[in-house]
Amino acid sequence: MAVSKETINTIAQLARLEFREEEKARFGQQFEQIIEYFNALEAINLDGVEPLKTILDADINVFREDEVKREITTVEALSNAPKHNGVFFKVPKVIG
Amino acid sequence: MASELLGTKYEAVIGLEVHAQLLTKSKIFCGDSTEFGLPPNTNISPLSLGHPGTLPVLNKEVVEYSICMGLATNCSIRPISLFARKHYFYPDLPKGYQISQFDEPICYDGYVEIELDTKGDGSKTQRIGITRIHIEEDAGKSIHDLDIDTLVDLNRAGVALIEIVSEPDIRTAQEAVAYLTQIRQTLLYLGICDGNMEEGSFRCDANVSIRPIGQKEFGTKAEVKNMNSFRNVEKAIEHEIERQIGIVESGGAVVQETRGWDAGSQTTKPQRSKEQAHDYRYFPEPDLPPIRVPQVWLDEIRSRLPELGLQRKRRFVRDFGLPGYDAGILTQEQSLAQYFEDASAALSEKTTDRYKLVSNWIMTDVMRILSEKKITANELTLPPAYIAEMADLLASEMISSKIAKEIFPEVLEGKSPKKVVEERGLMQVSDNSFIIEIVEALLSENPDEVGRYREGKKSLMGFFVGQALKNTQGKANPKIVTKLLQERLDA
Repeated sequence: MAVSKETINTIAQLARLEFREEEKARFGQQFEQIIEYFNALEAINLDGVEPLKTILDADINVFREDEVKREITTVEALSNAPKHNGVFFKVPKVIG
Repeated sequence: MASELLGTKYEAVIGLEVHAQLLTKSKIFCGDSTEFGLPPNTNISPLSLGHPGTLPVLNKEVVEYSICMGLATNCSIRPISLFARKHYFYPDLPKGYQISQFDEPICYDGYVEIELDTKGDGSKTQRIGITRIHIEEDAGKSIHDLDIDTLVDLNRAGVALIEIVSEPDIRTAQEAVAYLTQIRQTLLYLGICDGNMEEGSFRCDANVSIRPIGQKEFGTKAEVKNMNSFRNVEKAIEHEIERQIGIVESGGAVVQETRGWDAGSQTTKPQRSKEQAHDYRYFPEPDLPPIRVPQVWLDEIRSRLPELGLQRKRRFVRDFGLPGYDAGILTQEQSLAQYFEDASAALSEKTTDRYKLVSNWIMTDVMRILSEKKITANELTLPPAYIAEMADLLASEMISSKIAKEIFPEVLEGKSPKKVVEERGLMQVSDNSFIIEIVEALLSENPDEVGRYREGKKSLMGFFVGQALKNTQGKANPKIVTKLLQERLDA
């Protein structure tokens, strides 16, 4: 199954990535291979099989109580950021 | 004008999406505080920053609160509901996806009743369907206008929200406001959201379309955002309806888009959306197990639900004989309603007249003080029993309404009305012999007015009563004064 250039552009846009033309061609081929791989599933008869939405089907809830816990400081939080001003994370201008 | 065609040629179809921040102490999936107004990036942790290796654990209170709202809006509650990932890239969403619910929200198929009559007597009500209520996490805040870069504050990222989605049952901007008022009041009565539109803990988006009256199919809708007050919701929807009628009337077609209300120009303007493609690629959240709501838990939550606003309003009309208008105002907010009930319980005689007096005092002077001091009734130092005393003194004609007004400032300072009246000797005088003296002196001092009255100028009665009251510093019982004056003048 061929993956159109349009699909590749859409995927790039959703992932906020920019591809060069030769990359698009290469990714197109790779996407096709991935889809083909999953197409093998089409061969399986799934009549009457419910979609599996969770594998955590134990009959219990996993909750935490509503308690405040202070884990890290602002300084620690910002320390991994490529850009910050000591108070805010800074990212390239996004128009709101 | 396009607005004249609304209701004659076109009708509007409106559905509202309300986001309500839940009043939990900690965030939905981790222990970060939810306190508002702290310095940026204070309420954060590896999880809310979206660091690899962190795993969400659901706050139990969030589930309870959501179920409360579902039950209060007549929803069915799903015994098993799931979380889903909603993907989009934006700097205020560190993980690159929002944990939300998609095809199996916790609450579905409910309704609220709204009252549309102008008198507030509940003579015209309408049901607005609730499609669903789902649980999700809030995003952080991006600030675009303080720096050449965009600044990101993640204090709000991961605060618990419920999104309440209405059916497209709403037809006018006024109905939208009535619905919103009802939803907000219910959240406040349940104590699960503070309903603050300015601070953004209660937000509303509107899906608005128009269609020719009689047409079943919906028109193309626009989603209107950025309305941060009830007044703005009303104005934005009115404007949007008019804009769409204008387009259709001039032969155009409405475009499906997101528009933002611009309070400056009082119009809606196209908004650049966060995700142009609107392809959220939902899939089941693998990091969280399903929420299970067994019947016993549901029953237990149901048994704890408080009486809600509309029920309380109707009880006030039924049990206290109050006009619907009064009952509506008194039950707008829970602590005010409680204040009324506490005052009523302290009355020495439980009569409709006295309940109405209590209502009058609360709706005028008490509410004025509340809005001046920006406090709620439970923060008021004036004990409700003093309002009852005022009503008792008035109803038993111990004081006139003029004296009541006069002593109120002292009562406000924390003095019992009875004490003030006694100390200042303001007890209304109903002693005939004393009043006869005053009345007779008055008539002999004003022979001209007496003459004119007897010639037919009956309106002078007001003058005589006023003078008599003045001569007794307002203490004479006006009914007795009037009666004695009539006996003498009309004889």
